[in-house]
Amino acid sequence: MDGLKRVIRTPLGVAALTMLVVVLGLAILAPWLLGAKAATIDTNNLLALPSSAHWVGTDSLGRDLLARTLVATRLSVVLALSATLVSVTLGLILGSAPALLGHRLGRLVTAIVNILVAFPGLLLCLFFAVIFGVGQVGAVFAIGLAGAPTFARLCHTLVAGVEERDYVAAARIAGGSRASVLVRHILPNIAEPMVVQATIGAGSCLLTFSGLSFLGLGVQQPAFDWGRLMNEGLNRIYLNPLAALAPGLFVIMAGLAFNLTGEAIARIFNVETSGSWLASGVVPSQPGVTASAHGIARSDKTVLSVNNLTVDFPGVTPVRGLSFDLHQGEALGIVGESGAGKTLTGLAIAQLIEPPGVVGGDVVFLGETLRSDGGEEQRKLLGTSMALVFQDPLSSFNPVRRVGEQLAEVSRVHQGMTRKVAWKRAVDRLRAVRISDPERRAEQHPHEFSGGMRQRAMIGMGLMASPTLLIADEPTTALDVTVQKQVLDLLDSIRTSEQVALILISHDLTLVGERCERIIVMYAGRVVEDLSADALPVAQHPYTRLLMEAVPTLATDLDQPLAVIPGAQPEPSIEITGCAFAPRCPLADDICRTSSPTLAPVASASGRTRNKRGLDITVQTTRMLLRLNLGGKSTPVHTGRVACWHANEPLPETSQLDDTSPSLPASTESTHDVDETVVTP
Amino acid sequence: MTTLPETSLGQEFLSAGARGWLRFALRRSGQLLVSLWVLVTASFAMIHLIPGDPVRAALGITASQELVETTRAQWGLNDPLPLQYWHFLQGVLTGHLGTSITSRLPVADVISTRLAATAELALAAFVLAVVIAVPIGVAVAVRTRRGRGRALDLGFAGTSIVLGTIPDFLVGVTLVSVFSVGLHWLPVGGRTGMSSAILPVVSLALGPAAVLARIVRVEMLSVLETDYVRTARAKRLSAARIYLGHALPNAVTASLTLGGLMLSGMVAGTVLVESVFAWPGLGSTIVSSILVKDYPMVQGVVLVYGCGVLLINTICDVALAILDPRSTVVR
Ligand code: SF4
Repeated sequence: MDGLKRVIRTPLGVAALTMLVVVLGLAILAPWLLGAKAATIDTNNLLALPSSAHWVGTDSLGRDLLARTLVATRLSVVLALSATLVSVTLGLILGSAPALLGHRLGRLVTAIVNILVAFPGLLLCLFFAVIFGVGQVGAVFAIGLAGAPTFARLCHTLVAGVEERDYVAAARIAGGSRASVLVRHILPNIAEPMVVQATIGAGSCLLTFSGLSFLGLGVQQPAFDWGRLMNEGLNRIYLNPLAALAPGLFVIMAGLAFNLTGEAIARIFNVETSGSWLASGVVPSQPGVTASAHGIARSDKTVLSVNNLTVDFPGVTPVRGLSFDLHQGEALGIVGESGAGKTLTGLAIAQLIEPPGVVGGDVVFLGETLRSDGGEEQRKLLGTSMALVFQDPLSSFNPVRRVGEQLAEVSRVHQGMTRKVAWKRAVDRLRAVRISDPERRAEQHPHEFSGGMRQRAMIGMGLMASPTLLIADEPTTALDVTVQKQVLDLLDSIRTSEQVALILISHDLTLVGERCERIIVMYAGRVVEDLSADALPVAQHPYTRLLMEAVPTLATDLDQPLAVIPGAQPEPSIEITGCAFAPRCPLADDICRTSSPTLAPVASASGRTRNKRGLDITVQTTRMLLRLNLGGKSTPVHTGRVACWHANEPLPETSQLDDTSPSLPASTESTHDVDETVVTP
Repeated sequence: MTTLPETSLGQEFLSAGARGWLRFALRRSGQLLVSLWVLVTASFAMIHLIPGDPVRAALGITASQELVETTRAQWGLNDPLPLQYWHFLQGVLTGHLGTSITSRLPVADVISTRLAATAELALAAFVLAVVIAVPIGVAVAVRTRRGRGRALDLGFAGTSIVLGTIPDFLVGVTLVSVFSVGLHWLPVGGRTGMSSAILPVVSLALGPAAVLARIVRVEMLSVLETDYVRTARAKRLSAARIYLGHALPNAVTASLTLGGLMLSGMVAGTVLVESVFAWPGLGSTIVSSILVKDYPMVQGVVLVYGCGVLLINTICDVALAILDPRSTVVR
């Protein structure tokens, strides 16, 4: 019933159901009310043209054609439904046969069904019509049988899908026979899509039936359905086109009634299963970032300057106010959980956010203020100077075009190279990213590459022109652990040798800490901390510190390294007052929950008060300190920014606050346990 | 996911591509042969599956017993079944499909005189459907992306569903009553030059074009959300290049499977449309033959239609393999 309500809520659903009710109502009522009129022979009025007495005219016996058309509803609908019943029954039997019969026989049935499905229904229908003979019963079976393969195929696919599920396996292990598992566990689960298909199928049966009757192969006189009426009407189309068109109109209406009802129901299923684009992850949840350019300017030349960047989607603001500058050859890491807004930040900088998304704030790249509707000039600038590398290199290459072609396209479009020259450049770039035998590789399609090679080729595509900025969004996440290091090393060497600035977006703090000079930590669309990589051990924001503690060990699933902090980011659609991290923050208090901390320069470079954990972590701390000393570095100093009311206050040992724990005197040394054995290659 | 170490990817992979093609060719021709065999056997079995005596049914109750016996002998129905099957296979392979009961002409001759009419109808309708559907599907997809163009979306969905539902013969009847009966622009039926082909071709193409446009739109919409289209945008290609160069080939490829089924449906559609327009092709032949129980004729035409469908399916698969090399890889 709930489903019905939702069907009614869509315009399509209303139209469909209304038509269905009209058709079914006519099928039930018309023969009672108009049956007599439809059968009344009037020899004075043979073959009359449409008039006020006979809106559609009369037939060769003077019977009223409108009445006959309305009365024909019942037979037409009943025959269509009977044929559908035959189809569905047979389809269910054939479709679930593989589940019942076991492997070999099942495969045979499937193979036969697959062959039959390839033949159009009408052809099968004619074939069976020959066997069953001309007439309405024969036609019911002919149409029913002709429709069966389609249902069988659908049913088989659905059954196969359900069979994979755990509870079916469990039922089987529990000793259920194939038949009982099928009836109890499988069939109920495929009922909904089968009903949808049957509804649409009833529409097709109705149309096919009218076709057969129209050809004279279906309903025979004296019975009449719409097809039969059209058949009789066609002979007189010169005199009275309505005689053929009126029943035709009803055929269309009834066919639509069934088809649309099916479609409307199916749409609702779709909404539930696949979701809208908004829910499907095109818009990650929200974060916002406001890091400001402090620190680590290594070169004077500013490549990119981002000021108060925001990304808005209807009802959601996934990125809120991010600012930073990036200098030539500098590497900036943007870290955060998935949904923190990192990816959208990257896309926003690259002006790749599509409507309905809106980018706010300023992005100045090589002195040009970028605009989402930037013209030819901006396209050329970005096409030659800004390169992007995405997470999944397989899906990021066009599957149907050669790799070399896809690289060469950049130079052909933006640098005006000829096909030949551009191809040479592509081969050269593939070699530059250390792909062996680049001449042959360029000729291949992406699916013939390994994962790591694809990502290197993608980087190579970015190097076709002469980029000054490379944005890499989780470039190694989809890759095998063994090749992750190769790809990161490649990025490093490009950065240092070509002075390319790098924005490395990742969920992996360790990785970013190793590969970047500066790090922006994002949470729920906001920047919570902006610091140099060196300062990580003295990070001040509770989130960053918890992330540091959560750094994965070898035993950790690298796909979810952040799962260690209990809780989840707030839903992007919820407006937050106070600090977004408060629900998960061990230091949260009333101020945190009521007013939101701003990103401000770190107050002092001093270390934090130690908690009692400080006493226990001797081993790791020692190692950490050792590393720092061996590296010849001085004590890290935090010169960045942090957004927290209680920055640098000691964290309790567990997520519960332990107020009674003794405090130790402040220390400038880091107490943070960075386990360097870890790691992302 | 291939994560082979690079060294092992050398020469071997190229030949793997070639091997993929070979395997695809073998598998596909195997499939075709099996389908052909099923088709031939089914049309042989058809006569034997008819309840009662097919000869008596064909000749009518008024025919003399003598005639029935001679015809039965002529059709070879007195032979043992395997021998009949053998003769049938031989006949199919050598183009001897028996003699029509009504016209007394060899079935093969009738087919060869009428095949061209049906083929030209189907082919023209196919071209028309694709030419209409692909640009419209693409344009609507681009305009209705991500919740834009609500009105267009609704209008397109409504129109295409309605047009896709109207059976081709009804389109035919409507067109005839408007353009031939009403406006006298075009002939009512028959095959008398270009003008007589317009209405049948349009009737045949309209519904499939509507369905195809919907398929293309859906595929295009999903292709436009893919990572590789984002890559194309990141490469700052022009809109034309992104849509036509990167998205369209993939959308067409993805539409091909369903589109192929629809096209073979169009071949069958000629049966009805030919009857509306008295088009002298195989479609009107099979209908009249079924009505008069001219079984040898029906058998022959069923075989030809079946082969036509198999041909289209094969062409679609091969086209898919060429357009998308991944499809030759056995999954
Ligand atoms: S502002 Fe409060 S809740 Fe937010 S991170 Fe700082 S201490 Fe935790």
